[in-house]
Amino acid sequence: MSQTRKGAAAVSDALCALYENNGYTQYVMSKFEAYDLYVRNKDFLISDSVITFTDLGGRLLALKPDVTLSIVKNSKDIPHYVQKVYYQENVYRISKGTRSFRELPQTGLECMGEIDAYCLFDVIRLACLSLAAISDDYVLDLSHLAPVSALFARLDLPKPSRDAMLKCIGEKNLHELHALCKEAGLDGTAAAQLALLASCAGPAGQVLPALRAAFTDAGSRAAFAELETVLSALADAGLGERIRLDFSVISDMKYYNGFVFKGFVRGVPNSVLSGGQYDPLMRRMGRADGAVGFAVYFDEVARLFADDAPFDLDTLLLYDDSVPLQTLERTLQQLRADGTQVGAQRSCPDFLRCRRILKLENGEVKTVYEHA
Amino acid sequence: MNMLNVALPKGRLGEKAYAMLERAGFPCPSIKEPNRKLIFENEAAGVRYFWVKPSDVAIYVERGAADLGIVGKDILLEQEPDVYELLDLGMGKCRMAVAARRGFRDDRRRTLIVATKFTNIASRYYASLGRDIDIIHLNGSIELAPILGLSDVIVDIVETGTTLRENDLTERETIVPISARLIANKASYKFQNAAISQIVRSMETQLEETT
Repeated sequence: MSQTRKGAAAVSDALCALYENNGYTQYVMSKFEAYDLYVRNKDFLISDSVITFTDLGGRLLALKPDVTLSIVKNSKDIPHYVQKVYYQENVYRISKGTRSFRELPQTGLECMGEIDAYCLFDVIRLACLSLAAISDDYVLDLSHLAPVSALFARLDLPKPSRDAMLKCIGEKNLHELHALCKEAGLDGTAAAQLALLASCAGPAGQVLPALRAAFTDAGSRAAFAELETVLSALADAGLGERIRLDFSVISDMKYYNGFVFKGFVRGVPNSVLSGGQYDPLMRRMGRADGAVGFAVYFDEVARLFADDAPFDLDTLLLYDDSVPLQTLERTLQQLRADGTQVGAQRSCPDFLRCRRILKLENGEVKTVYEHA
Repeated sequence: MNMLNVALPKGRLGEKAYAMLERAGFPCPSIKEPNRKLIFENEAAGVRYFWVKPSDVAIYVERGAADLGIVGKDILLEQEPDVYELLDLGMGKCRMAVAARRGFRDDRRRTLIVATKFTNIASRYYASLGRDIDIIHLNGSIELAPILGLSDVIVDIVETGTTLRENDLTERETIVPISARLIANKASYKFQNAAISQIVRSMETQLEETT
């Protein structure tokens, strides 16, 4: 196993231990799921291309492109109880660059049931701790969908205009947002509100006053109060500094409501964590209760560890025909006794990077090469 | 010190964009020296510039090799990278348009054959019109396609229209106006926010002064 995989895998294991320690139980699932589940919830998927096959009974199955849908489908609505699970699974999605399928490792958690302020706080706290386990230098961008949702409900725009404006908000694209507002004939207040959502980002102390002044509807006021409660508890937990409010973080409102967030670590160009409240998805699946969760993308996390692998092998022991098998095995056991990674070969090819190369000769171990 | 990496498109557009970045407080005098180097660095100013093919700028930024980039809207519409589009620089103005041979009549009963370098833009445009098309992807000299009967129309960038006129083609519809945009990598925007915000503010001021 390369250092890269070791590093990312070790972080994934640490996250699982963190979630277990916080009362989440592991959810293990099959690699396959009925394709129908994804057809009904196509927009929930990051990519709508799915690997399908027909099983022997004639059912159309899919290799899971997503974990949350399967967990929600198989969970139960238990009154006064919140089901808390975590997972460490692979999903199968299209890679944008190559337009081919990739197997992507993902770790995450889901919290389903009567979601209260504690559940929201706890999931965001665990999202921060997950990012901290990946890198000390992280940022969690936190947003709430209530203001944008209330605004679009009031404006009642045609879907293409609405989608184009949401895209601009997500891209912080103020120049085109301005043009779209003009084209749609929006008044100055609505245009200013949309521009504020796209551009307003930073510490809660800076962002919330501006938003409070601009969004005075009941839904937004309740959302800001909820944000303050959760942020204050997160600050008490010592996690406030790394959280920024950024209302350009927007997820599909057919599935998400309330809190949505994305996590970034320095050195990785894309978000490594994404999550939020998905009560509307629960409704679509026939559930009256709510849910919140997040996923950590380990294909992205692995990039951080790419430079931490100077060697393929710590120690290579060279041997030849003159070395008795028992002597070779005894020597290897001794070298591995302190946990050192040791391999045995007759020669060392050019491509194999070893920290040190030893040679077993006349029952003695000699150093051929050792990295300074 | 964290260097700010900026991908500039090779050519005049990149040179004009560099001039704006220089005025924004991120100079790198070595970039003006006549040589074939691709990377230029000014450690004191905390900036590194590199020249890339214009159509590759968005990839460099999306993948984090560059924190900022200057790119045409045509490339953004075609590649749809996951980046922040922070400013319209108002430079390199042109339009994405449909052109055909003079006198061409669009018979909607049959599939329209479209030659283009911008297959995604063309597909989306005709899908929005509900028009059935067949796309031929070409990498250059798109104007040849209708002349030689390879396609009915072309979808391409039009600046002055001279190339179209000289090849006996006429512009039929404008799909979208195009200009250069300042884009940022989404993670860089969090971790290099002070420098990026300084550039955005300064460029905004420079644009206001010129209009």
